[in-house]
Amino acid sequence: MNTKKPFSMQLDPKMFEPATAEEKEYITKMRPSSTFFRDGVKRLLKNKVATISLIVVVLITLASIILPLVWPYSYEQMLGSTPGRPMDSSYNNLAPFTYGKTELKRIDAGEKIFPHIFGTDAHGRDYFIRVVYGTRISLAVGFFASLIVLVIGMTIGSIAGYAGGKVDLIIMRIVDIIYSLPDTLIIILLSVVLGRVLSVEGTVLEKIGSNIISMFIVFGLLYWVSMARLIRGQILSLREQEYVLSARATGAKGKWIITKHLLPNCISVVIISTALQIPNAIFTESFLSFLGLGVNAPMPSLGSLASDALNGINSYTYRLIIPAVIICLIVLSLNLFGDGLRDAFDPKLNA
Amino acid sequence: MSSGRCTDDCPDAGNGANTEQIKGCPEMSPKLMFYILKRILLALLTIWIVITVTFFVMHSVPGGPFVGEKAISKEATAALEAKYGLDKPLMEQYVTYLKDIVTKFDFGPSLKQRGRQVIDVIMDGMKTSAKLGLIAAFAAALVGIVLGSVAALKRNKLVDKCIMVITTAFVSMPSFIVGSFLLVIISVKLGWLPANGSTAAGLVLPVITLALYPMSYITRLTRSSMLDVLGQDYIRTARAKGVPSSKVIFGHALKNSLIPVITYFGPMLAYIVTGSMVVEQIFAVPGIGRAFVSSITNRDYTMIMGTTIFLASLIVVMNLVSDLLYKVVDPRIEFD
Repeated sequence: MNTKKPFSMQLDPKMFEPATAEEKEYITKMRPSSTFFRDGVKRLLKNKVATISLIVVVLITLASIILPLVWPYSYEQMLGSTPGRPMDSSYNNLAPFTYGKTELKRIDAGEKIFPHIFGTDAHGRDYFIRVVYGTRISLAVGFFASLIVLVIGMTIGSIAGYAGGKVDLIIMRIVDIIYSLPDTLIIILLSVVLGRVLSVEGTVLEKIGSNIISMFIVFGLLYWVSMARLIRGQILSLREQEYVLSARATGAKGKWIITKHLLPNCISVVIISTALQIPNAIFTESFLSFLGLGVNAPMPSLGSLASDALNGINSYTYRLIIPAVIICLIVLSLNLFGDGLRDAFDPKLNA
Repeated sequence: MSSGRCTDDCPDAGNGANTEQIKGCPEMSPKLMFYILKRILLALLTIWIVITVTFFVMHSVPGGPFVGEKAISKEATAALEAKYGLDKPLMEQYVTYLKDIVTKFDFGPSLKQRGRQVIDVIMDGMKTSAKLGLIAAFAAALVGIVLGSVAALKRNKLVDKCIMVITTAFVSMPSFIVGSFLLVIISVKLGWLPANGSTAAGLVLPVITLALYPMSYITRLTRSSMLDVLGQDYIRTARAKGVPSSKVIFGHALKNSLIPVITYFGPMLAYIVTGSMVVEQIFAVPGIGRAFVSSITNRDYTMIMGTTIFLASLIVVMNLVSDLLYKVVDPRIEFD
């Protein structure tokens, strides 16, 4: 083989040797492609605090769904009352792992009785199942309230952001006004009135109670504004992108562009703020319960359990501690999980 | 702030934002003037909407406000309605109500507390509540700013981590639970402080309960904004020039990192107003929050309306003040 002469302009022929099979494979074999979503999940799982928070939330949610199905007591069953007989007051205010009179007799007779892990409340209802059921209600309230906020905020925000001009101006002025309304006071006002105006008797909604429905209404009326602002901001920056222009050039209409191009691109922001909205709703519900405007009795929620416990707080402090700990656990884990989501999915932080 | 002082000696007001900033003379530009005017109008509009919504929502209760009263004869109901003007058409009642509020600051008589005007009950309660709220707000701001700055300066050290864990825990606890625990542990079990909030010593626990959430929030806010400021070029420049560390922290960093905290003053007041309902109820403080809660349980409709409008206006005005202050303090902020 000719070697290159020194000072020659000729290129080194060695550089043009055919690649070996091994080298060829190295070049053609590519790293498996990763989507934005998969990248985010990977980053999220690396974040220990967020992962633990997620596990806690999932465990609490599963427990609140499954446990009532298998538990031998129900949340509204007064253990002391049997049809046709006077109320057996030995079942009221039982301490944890103690039993009522008739239960003690049955235990003496060799029967096995499922223990009352947290005792019973002032009406002789098993407190453990009430806490579990209350957790379910609080989570459901938080979830649905956030869902309402999400749907309304996303629709209005994307319309305002995409349409721009006068539509945007009018919507944003309305948003400004609603934003400056004191939300808690309006919730209280509407709960007071809607409790008497709404007739939910006999409908599916009866069980939830008018107070929670009025809370949903208020969330639908007032809380969507921050979500709408967020989405509008995102859409405003996204709609100037080339791919939107090219979609429009090929004849795509506004609805198509919003749903197919713009919204999928702001989905991470949406998910994060929804996750952070749930604790907010749980807080609002427990505040309303404290004011006596929460879920209708005998339905429990964590807030109503805690505020009921205030009456006997000196002798039965654990009845306040249990729902309080669960509220804190849920809110704390959701907040930490939301923060983790933001770190993992916010593309601005990646850059 | 200094707007009145320098309108005359800064003639090129409109577009010289940068030069004004250098001169240290926050100029009242037409843009700022327009913004302030817009915000004041928006606040007035909001208060009007609150009054209107409150009025019509309350009057949509079927049967009117006396429906809960037991055993009232037809004549008595008619007499009551005539007395409270409820027999007139709704729009006329609305105009009268609005006029009374605007001109005389009069919210009508209380339905359940015989012979008392709503505004008297509100003012009575405000004496205690304002004291409670102001102390709590002041304590929250002071402690929050100190803790936040310490956390930022000792970033990722043990102190910082402890502060962050504690404040994160406090923002995830509803205030009525915090208050109840404090009541049980400190007043009932330990007997250190009285459980009744009508004395001066009894106000300590309500203030702590009320201040914990805003304090934690301000701590986190100050920490993040302080970290942001500490990374700025002018801090490095000051350090490079040999400015002593304490002067860099207090003169440069702290002053600039407090700007975002100002925006929280409005929401903080809103929190304290709603929080005081809970706290005053738990500690039996004779304030406006407790009066409001008992008017909800009594269904004292005129009282609910009056208090809602009063507190809402208070929050709207505070939000306005805190937003305007923010714009005046930091001239870089854009107007939208």
